[in-house]
Amino acid sequence: MEYPADYRYTREHEWVKIDGDTATVGITHHAQDQLGDVVFVELPAVGTKLQAQRVFGAVESVKAVSDIYAPISGDVTAVNAELMDAPEKINQDAHGEGWLVKMMIFDRNELRSLMGAEQYAEYVAAETGE
Amino acid sequence: MVDFGGWDMPVEYGGIVAEHKAVRTGVGLFDVSHMGEIEVRGPQSVDLIDSLCSNRAASLRDGQAQYSGLLNPRGGFVDDLLVHRIASDHYFLCVNAANQEGDFEWIRDNNAFDAEVDFASERYAQLAVQGPLSMTVAARLTDLDLEGMRYYWFAHGDFAGIPAMVARTGYTGEDGFEVYLPPAAAEQAWQAILDAGSGESIQPCGLGARNTLRLEAAMSLYGHEIDANTTPYEAGLGWIVKLSKPGFCGREELARQRAEGIKQKIAGFEMRGRGIARDGYHVLIAGEPVGRVTSASPAPYLGKNIGLCMLPIEYCRSGQLIEIEIRSRAVPAEIVPLPFYKRQRN
Repeated sequence: MEYPADYRYTREHEWVKIDGDTATVGITHHAQDQLGDVVFVELPAVGTKLQAQRVFGAVESVKAVSDIYAPISGDVTAVNAELMDAPEKINQDAHGEGWLVKMMIFDRNELRSLMGAEQYAEYVAAETGE
Repeated sequence: MVDFGGWDMPVEYGGIVAEHKAVRTGVGLFDVSHMGEIEVRGPQSVDLIDSLCSNRAASLRDGQAQYSGLLNPRGGFVDDLLVHRIASDHYFLCVNAANQEGDFEWIRDNNAFDAEVDFASERYAQLAVQGPLSMTVAARLTDLDLEGMRYYWFAHGDFAGIPAMVARTGYTGEDGFEVYLPPAAAEQAWQAILDAGSGESIQPCGLGARNTLRLEAAMSLYGHEIDANTTPYEAGLGWIVKLSKPGFCGREELARQRAEGIKQKIAGFEMRGRGIARDGYHVLIAGEPVGRVTSASPAPYLGKNIGLCMLPIEYCRSGQLIEIEIRSRAVPAEIVPLPFYKRQRN
């Protein structure tokens, strides 16, 4: 699987895409693959203040619940409402249409602790023993 | 793959939802070789089994199987199991993987009869062919009269060219067969069944779908609905208790429960609010925890979020409104009749 080179990644398998002051957050292709068929998504309301490394929502498949951690701190400016009726978008396009929230970046320094695409791919390979 | 009692077990092959629906509408194939087998032989085999199990093995005829409870003196489950009568002096028990050693020791240590107890798990692999098209597929692989085999009966014969025991049993709520065969031939049999069912788009299924299928059918799972501290009455399995049978282990406590009434019971619920209940979540009434979810999941065929829970008996009635605590939120749910899913029988 190709992980977009301009995204940053967490150890909990979230991705962040930076666009000016806005960060879009989702879960990675690897995360959706581990979960299987996603059937439910719980997201915060617009305006919620997210704190880096704190749980802000959940993605559920038939077999399991997975907490979603905020990769960085900031205020939620948009949530992907389409996931309410079509959570399978996360399986179909985890790095694109399956995005979860957009947020206003609070502190760019927090991005430094996140992994790049190559590093994340290695991390996944090590975790799955491939 | 997950480690399951020392076995590497696939949770899913083609996605739990697809596997689940294949078994409800077509046919699925499960490798359930992790299940344990214990054989009991000797003239007093049935006396041994009837002294430790809640159902009446003495009512079985050759080639017939029954669901039963292996109970402790408190009336709780050592395990739940299938008892097969091969002959009057030969019984075959299929037990849960995680409990098999404990079951064997329990039966052996309480054997006051002329019967020999044999731990046989290494001698059997088990494949389950399940779903409305299971008959079509399985019949191609054997000369046994499967059409004439009634539910919960079994026979010995070649299956895919391999000497096997074929039982019309299952853990999915569908028609189907469980095939016991030598482990060395299991892979060959697996492939032969997949080939025989290719026209029916037979779907290999993992433990994930096995769990969602049995949950829709409201079948108990050890460690969830039943355990050492839960009696068959509390689990809604009163039909496997034969109190008229004298002196079986746990009978006194069960007779007392029967006379005094049970205080708690397994009940089924459907989510009414947005949220998915999971094993272990709290059940609330008026904001107070009154019980626990024992098994819960989205139900792929029914398209609902369902669950089983252990509740005080006064709340175990259809229509009772409850709440499930999901990530610190109380989400509405309603007690519904069991099973959630029942197949249409021809």
